[in-house]
Amino acid sequence: MRGRERRLGLLYSLPVSAFLALSFLAPILLVAAFSVMPPKVFSLANMPDFSAYGEFLTQGYWRSVAWSLGMALAATLILFVLCWPLAFAMAKVFRGFTLVLTIGVVMTLFVSENIRLFGWVLTLMKGGLIEGYIRHWTGVGYDGLLYNVPIIIFGLVYVYLPFMLFPLAQGISMVPDDARQAAYDLGATRWQILREIELPLASPGIVVGSLLCFVLSAGAIAESKLLGGQAVIVIADEVETAFTYGQNWPLGAALAMVLIAIVGGIAIWGIAKADLDAMIGRRR
Amino acid sequence: MKTGKFAHAALVFYGILVLAFLYLPLVSVGFASVSKARYLSFPIRKYSTDWYGKAVESDTVRDLLFLSLKVAGIVTLLAMVMGFFGALAFARYQWRYRKLFQKLILLPIFFPQTVLGLALLMWFNAIGVIPSWKTAVVAHLVWIAPIATLVIAIRAYSFDPALEEAARDMGANTWETLREVTIPLLMPGVVSAGLFAFLLSWGNFPLSLFTTGADSTLPEWLYAKMVSGYSPLVPTVGMLSVAASAVLLALGLTAPWLLRSLRKMRS
Repeated sequence: MRGRERRLGLLYSLPVSAFLALSFLAPILLVAAFSVMPPKVFSLANMPDFSAYGEFLTQGYWRSVAWSLGMALAATLILFVLCWPLAFAMAKVFRGFTLVLTIGVVMTLFVSENIRLFGWVLTLMKGGLIEGYIRHWTGVGYDGLLYNVPIIIFGLVYVYLPFMLFPLAQGISMVPDDARQAAYDLGATRWQILREIELPLASPGIVVGSLLCFVLSAGAIAESKLLGGQAVIVIADEVETAFTYGQNWPLGAALAMVLIAIVGGIAIWGIAKADLDAMIGRRR
Repeated sequence: MKTGKFAHAALVFYGILVLAFLYLPLVSVGFASVSKARYLSFPIRKYSTDWYGKAVESDTVRDLLFLSLKVAGIVTLLAMVMGFFGALAFARYQWRYRKLFQKLILLPIFFPQTVLGLALLMWFNAIGVIPSWKTAVVAHLVWIAPIATLVIAIRAYSFDPALEEAARDMGANTWETLREVTIPLLMPGVVSAGLFAFLLSWGNFPLSLFTTGADSTLPEWLYAKMVSGYSPLVPTVGMLSVAASAVLLALGLTAPWLLRSLRKMRS
């Protein structure tokens, strides 16, 4: 029986792992190879000279990286604070309403990200839903809320909310009620229960949610383009520009590799720590 | 857990607030789509459904819908097949490289999609494939096949191994066990994975952006119109796309119930 399971496991994993090897791992290796090529070449048949990485340091591209990471960090922290009470309620307090919330939130995921962000443009712009009605009712308007850094972070918070909410709720549902009750009986305050019991025991969910939000926000592009105008250029935007308008594949590849290294490093670290069997298959 | 009445009400209110926050931009798009004016500004003075008529008649929109449908349909089928077998390897069977396989599955989900699209564009160029909607199918699958695997894996974890063993003890071979026991048991998971796959592919923009070549999907076209200046068709086509997802989702959610009542009527 064991031998059969081992064979079947390997066999059944093949379709998806072969597909990912060919269309996920191989392209990343190709990007890595291109990133060390001299500027503006379109084939790998050149002597590697690592000049694109030099350009990354000297041409101020690190600023875009810093903006992306900084805004991703801000969005992740805001999302954590925003989602915790709701995730807690979904896991421990609500009954039927949890299902309503789950369906309601999941449904937004199926609407193209750029339609939703476009909706925010229509809502927040001068003459948009909010400003238009305020002006209509009070006669005083304002200049619109778009095209600055806070609105990009707002966009990130908006788009990645489900990616924080669901892992958090999953994590909180792993906190046994007995542990909280015991702490309460022993005289712990609400704050102490949060710090000593809930946060540590829910940490798998916190780690997965925060990682997802941080990683996805760091590579995001639509928020800064649609909501932020040209307020700041994020790293994914620089990568795109280098590939398309710049026609400089090695530069684009090197910029992409920096992003991949940071994001991939964090993701691999987080995934390696998470016990997937316990998180997904909890309800056995 | 015991919570006070007031705390409970406050939490429900907070939940409703979050939902309102998530749906507010769609409300704006909805209003914009029925505005008669060519240049949108709130409050809307004249309502009309003309733009819907124009959108439905337009050849461009029809081609876009058809192409997006084709991509999403193929992605769904392939994701269901890969996800079904992947989920069994992920959750059900104990084999040597299982932990490594689980991590490989998760990695693409964590990966920035725009960068993935560009990497695939370079890759297709290197192996001499001209980008078209077919390469977009591949790009979507890199992200969606792992998600389908995870969705089915949730079901596969609650799978009782004794059922498969019983089938084998009674003389079923691997294929018969698969057909008679494993597939029917995992079917609800496979269907929800298919629903996820279709809807995620239908709405995906960052992966399509670089991998469709001369073809264009609905979200891509919308994005191009958004950044190049306002067109009154954008909110209209956006709403049509949202409506299509909503209808499909409603069908998917009520399908088990519909099937059950059909079966009852027959018996």
